[in-house]
Amino acid sequence: MTDNSNKKFHLSRRRLLTGAAAVGAGAAMFGGSPMGFVKGAWAANFRNDPGNNSFVKFGFNVPQTGAYADEGADELRAYYLAVKHLNGEGDGGMLTTMQPSSLKGNGILGKKVEYVTGDTQTKSDAARASAKRMIEKEGVTMFSGGSSSGVAVATQSLAQEMGVIFMCGLTHSNDTTGKDKRRYGFRHFFNAYMSGAALGPVLKDEMGTDRRAYHLTADYTWGWTQEESIKNTTEALGWETVNAVRTPVGAGDFSQYITPVLNSGADVLILNHYGKDMINSLTQAIQFGLRDKQVNGKNFEIVVPLFSRLMAQGAGENIKGILGTTNWNWSLQDAGSQAFVKSFGQEYGFPPSQAAHTCYVQTLLYANACEMAGTFYPPEVIKALEGFEFDGMGNGPTEYRAADHQCFKDVLVVRGNENPTTQFDLLNVVQQVPRAQVEYDPAIFGGDLGPYEV
Amino acid sequence: MDALVLQLLNGLDKGGAYALIALGLTLIFGTLGVVNFAHGALFMLGAFCAVAMKQLLTLSKLVKDESITFFDAFKEEPYLKIWFGDTGAIIIDYAVPISILLAIPVMLLIGLALERGLIRFFYKRTHAEQILVTFGMAIVLQEIVKAMFGANPVPMPPPEIFAGSADIGSFLGLGNSVVYPWWRLVYLGFAGIVIAGVFSFLQFTTFGMVVRAGMQDRETVGLLGIDIERRFTIVFGLAAVVSGLAGVMYTPIVPPDYHMGMDFLVLSFVVVVVGGMGSLTGAVAAGFLLGILQSFASMNEITSILPGIDQIIIFLVAVVILLVRPRGLMGRKGVMES
Repeated sequence: MTDNSNKKFHLSRRRLLTGAAAVGAGAAMFGGSPMGFVKGAWAANFRNDPGNNSFVKFGFNVPQTGAYADEGADELRAYYLAVKHLNGEGDGGMLTTMQPSSLKGNGILGKKVEYVTGDTQTKSDAARASAKRMIEKEGVTMFSGGSSSGVAVATQSLAQEMGVIFMCGLTHSNDTTGKDKRRYGFRHFFNAYMSGAALGPVLKDEMGTDRRAYHLTADYTWGWTQEESIKNTTEALGWETVNAVRTPVGAGDFSQYITPVLNSGADVLILNHYGKDMINSLTQAIQFGLRDKQVNGKNFEIVVPLFSRLMAQGAGENIKGILGTTNWNWSLQDAGSQAFVKSFGQEYGFPPSQAAHTCYVQTLLYANACEMAGTFYPPEVIKALEGFEFDGMGNGPTEYRAADHQCFKDVLVVRGNENPTTQFDLLNVVQQVPRAQVEYDPAIFGGDLGPYEV
Repeated sequence: MDALVLQLLNGLDKGGAYALIALGLTLIFGTLGVVNFAHGALFMLGAFCAVAMKQLLTLSKLVKDESITFFDAFKEEPYLKIWFGDTGAIIIDYAVPISILLAIPVMLLIGLALERGLIRFFYKRTHAEQILVTFGMAIVLQEIVKAMFGANPVPMPPPEIFAGSADIGSFLGLGNSVVYPWWRLVYLGFAGIVIAGVFSFLQFTTFGMVVRAGMQDRETVGLLGIDIERRFTIVFGLAAVVSGLAGVMYTPIVPPDYHMGMDFLVLSFVVVVVGGMGSLTGAVAAGFLLGILQSFASMNEITSILPGIDQIIIFLVAVVILLVRPRGLMGRKGVMES
């Protein structure tokens, strides 16, 4: 038996040079470049690393039950399509128009994309539980979805705690990328501030500077921030805010909140409602004859700052002529939008909603960031997304701002179509407001992104 | 003054809906002794009878829109308009009132099927078990509706003639600032007629007399050789029809969605408890009372002093009434008392 314990490792200059040459040759042989050698060096250091698996798994957490189930169903359709395109199936959709793009249509970093789905029920606690299950049991590397700011804020915070990136679906509250922003959360959708900034000039052109506004506001985070943003915009135009009334979410019958508007002296009603609440409050405001009224010598007007095509379908005739904003509309003529609408239309037989668009784009953006980073390691993927500038995905040149993870792009001011020719032709784009007009200093909403490493 | 009149009308309108649902609930509870948590779902099914009827009346010839090439977009031309011109258009316009013709037999059948197929097996079980099974049934029914019609609300405009607002202010000498939607006035009148109809039926017909007797003392009526079970089954069907009709006529006020029954369910139970378990008059009175209180509590003058009072007023009043009158406003002795 030989005792080697006392043997010392003696490094000579010759041995060092020989070793270095061998390492260099090995790197050239297996990696093609020194970077190839270190690629995946974080492999064992992060949660849900796909490692040597031939696939990478995503979690799509959308409302499959509850008031936003239709929106959730459209989001899921978009996710399925995105996965299909990432895996090189179908016509490629926006993979063919996205610029710059590192996506090759062979999955992500050579791994096939798989997915699991969950139901948020549009409830923060249910959404968190579902996301937690995806992360802990299903091993998802990224999760995405949601149709409510309350859900987005709650799941984004979970993403930060667990170190798994969350790509927000439909969420419009300023808080999501403001006071509640997180390093592990990214929002492609626009926000309430941007709606106000986009609407302002159009409201001035159409309604003038001498108006008296009455707000009805959904009593939760999104409603509050939208009310604040629209008030700031309209008051800057010279409008007076007569009253701002908070209404319970899911009130159903809003008559007791609408009748005080009749004698308030207001000549504009601003409905800070979304989904079912917006459909109900708008329908009832029209029934009370508000749009037929003349107040202060002016025609009474109704504004719905956040529109969606699915909501327009629910509101029926009542949406005609009403002004609002939207993140995206299927009628846009840019190459990216057309490619997506074509893929989606051929797959499902009808055009996508704005919720579908944002979810599809978010999935592609995450995949592209992984390709750019050369790893699924979240801090590197986050760095690839931060400050990423791209085009060809609708709404013109877009930037994922590093300071708050908010995407900046053109915003659409739309009006309910007076004479729709088909069941989908419900919104007319009044103006594509340039990105520069809706940008703002990230400091105004405060918040702290938090660390890269968790 | 204008604001008070408008809120009173809002309250009566809301109260009409509460009263109609609570009336059906009380009928079922008074006759069968079943706490029916599926009653909100019956209201929702009634509303979807109107949606189904509208879809039937607007069955359309689809003409492909050639301007859209990447998916099949169609322009729709209803067959009724193609075949009957303006007459067809008028029939479509009156889809909601016409739906009553569909809702009555459909809701009666659903009511009878529910009672015979499910509820009767739970007569002798505890109220907790009844609540569980009927609540489960409500969830099943709403999921079926969601699968058939989607989760989004469906727009159901009233007939064109009732689409505008009535100038009630000029009529009452209050100026022209008191306007109220025609359809809501129609709904109020409709609720009054249905309530009067149910009371008359129970008061002035032999069938009603037997049912009332059965509500008082089921055993004795049975001993007299009357098949009270069969009559109670019919009463369940009748309660389903009342709820369904309330749902049909409510569709132009709030576009129906699969969840609307649940929104009304809890409020309706509060109405029944406040009115007094088993008391039909109490249910109607409490429905209107709570509807009016809810509307007044939403006035800006009130919420500026007591923020959020509009959202809790009904429950607050229920607590106070139950403290003062534990059996509710017109509750009968012995009902739900062991």
